[in-house]
Amino acid sequence: MKQLKLPKLLIFALIFYSAIQILYGTEILNGYILHIINQSLIYVILAVSLNLINGITGQFSLGHMGFAGVGAYVSGTISTLVFKINPSSPNGMLIFIFAIIVGGLAAAVVGFLIGFPSLRLKGDYLAIVTLGFGEIIRTVFNNIDYVGGPRGLLGIPKFSNFTTIIVAAFITLVVIRNLVESSHGRAMLAVRENELAAELVGVNTTRYKVMAFVIGAFFAGIAGGLFAHLLQMAHPTQFGFIKSVEVLIMIYAGGVGSITGSTIAAFALTFLSEGLRIGIRAIADATGLPIGGEWRMVVYSLLLIFIMLFKTEGLMGTKEAKLIRLKEVQ
Amino acid sequence: MKRLSLILVLILVAASIVTAQDIKVGGVGPVTGEAATFGVSTKNGIMLAAEEWNAKGGLFNNRKVRIIFEDDKGDPAEGATVYTKLIQQDNVVAIIGTVMSKVTLAGAPIAQAAGIPMISPTSTNERVTMVGDYIYRACFIDPFQGTVGANFAFRDLGARKAAALFDIGNDYTKGLAENFRAQFLRLGGQVVAFEGHPAGATDFKAQLTKILAGKPDVLYVSDYYNDVGLIAKQARELGFKGPMVGGDGWDSPDLVKIGGTAVENGFFTNHYAAADPRPIVQEFVKKYTAKFGAEPDALATLAYDAANIMFDAIKRAGSTKGSAIRDALKTTNLNVVSGQVTFDANRNPIKSAVIIEMKAGKQVYKTTVNP
Repeated sequence: MKQLKLPKLLIFALIFYSAIQILYGTEILNGYILHIINQSLIYVILAVSLNLINGITGQFSLGHMGFAGVGAYVSGTISTLVFKINPSSPNGMLIFIFAIIVGGLAAAVVGFLIGFPSLRLKGDYLAIVTLGFGEIIRTVFNNIDYVGGPRGLLGIPKFSNFTTIIVAAFITLVVIRNLVESSHGRAMLAVRENELAAELVGVNTTRYKVMAFVIGAFFAGIAGGLFAHLLQMAHPTQFGFIKSVEVLIMIYAGGVGSITGSTIAAFALTFLSEGLRIGIRAIADATGLPIGGEWRMVVYSLLLIFIMLFKTEGLMGTKEAKLIRLKEVQ
Repeated sequence: MKRLSLILVLILVAASIVTAQDIKVGGVGPVTGEAATFGVSTKNGIMLAAEEWNAKGGLFNNRKVRIIFEDDKGDPAEGATVYTKLIQQDNVVAIIGTVMSKVTLAGAPIAQAAGIPMISPTSTNERVTMVGDYIYRACFIDPFQGTVGANFAFRDLGARKAAALFDIGNDYTKGLAENFRAQFLRLGGQVVAFEGHPAGATDFKAQLTKILAGKPDVLYVSDYYNDVGLIAKQARELGFKGPMVGGDGWDSPDLVKIGGTAVENGFFTNHYAAADPRPIVQEFVKKYTAKFGAEPDALATLAYDAANIMFDAIKRAGSTKGSAIRDALKTTNLNVVSGQVTFDANRNPIKSAVIIEMKAGKQVYKTTVNP
């Protein structure tokens, strides 16, 4: 049987974690860089979980941030409105973890509901349905006064930090990677490659499509919850269609079906978007050209176009890094 | 070659000495995304203010101000990143920003936690300044316009009987109407009708008939321009000839397109009017138009004011320490384009509003009303 060799990835994660903590502690890394790392890690969870639906199972979801929205609002409601915790309250951390998990479960329930139309629809049609679902979720939050309506859910305590986020990202990677290599994952891949053939060899395609949506939505919900507790707010506009597309771009730039690719792309694109901020300012200062921050997104988009032109299959294709390649175990 | 590099090094050293003396202030606005025009106006306003201060010799001890302006895309997540960058990476001493309340609310806790004073030019959500004692704003909050509208109707128009019509599904219009009623009653007037209409309505005759039965001297309509146009038309059709008063939701060229002549004898409260004869306004409009080729809108004006309020506070503090600037902000008493500004205990500005009259299909500056 093949399995992900956990210790190797764990050791890597621990080294990464300690290195960042030391660099931050000695003030070589400032809070800004740490904030970008935190954001990248949240995008890793979002991209990898979307990859399970779009890349591995071959469905086309455009409503991924809708799931994240469910996680953000449900966990935010639990921590802010129900328990009213703050970082100094006793058991605050426990309640926060509870809230995040409930947020993920709520998103999974919604994922289950959205998974159903995918039984009958394919490709573009499914994309439109998931897009619609994502927008419905956003509109619902917009209209519930209890969670702030159009003004957003405010005053969420800041519980997300580098430690909690990296633990969540690590768990996501391990679970989804092992899932893909399990018989369930193989069945999902079979659905992607040829649904009819999969059905003929006895794969319950319905079950695996719904499973992909439920698990993908669960982790998206976790990411949404972490995001809300990082930004200290949740706002309906954060979970719209455009935001879903941002995650979609990450999995395409990284390589559809490659978990490594999604992870790298989540980091690369988040850092690129911020790096251009500094890069464009430096160019403007050096040359005296009147180019401002608004050119950042132009360059960013151009770079994306070039990636897709010259590496159509994305940065990694369907390959995986050695670190998370699976090993035969007895 | 050696000499050249020596010169280069000297220039670099000189440049770094000069920049070391500069006071870095962050600016934030959505220069891309759905609210890009807001962001561009905001950036222009801040940059113009900084240029003027630098031409006068800087903030204090000949130290010039250097604006580091960042784009927040109108997105809260991006806003949080930008605030973190300005504070942690650029070490700004203060922040002017940002435009949209949802983004300001993501940035404000970061500034508050770091002890960096900030002033938002245009975020009207009441919660913004409640984040903490480092957070200020330069615009009046929505309910304030209702109060000013009542003062104007009672004192300037001489109305004693008023009626209000608003959208029950909208916080903004409802808040304005409620504050109008409260102030009008406080002044000794009588409110004969207070009617809500459902969101998205196009026929207001039922509500208007009821309202006009009370024979009001003035009709307060706090809706946005598209509804105002229809309401004005229908009110005139039903025979109402008196003045109508509203808030900055009226501020659109489309108001006349929809309402036609029915909006004549209509007045609304706004942040500033380009035709306001006060010298500071005229000078600002002239400079801004010359530099950017367009008349400043309310966003540019409020950004310019917010920057001036912040620079004035840094100057009076005579220090770049966050707590010193915060304390100086608290005692602000400054004449800016949108009026004489002081701050209340919740760090909201107390200042005048202008009244704009709809005359012959055009917006005409009427008067300035104090709170």
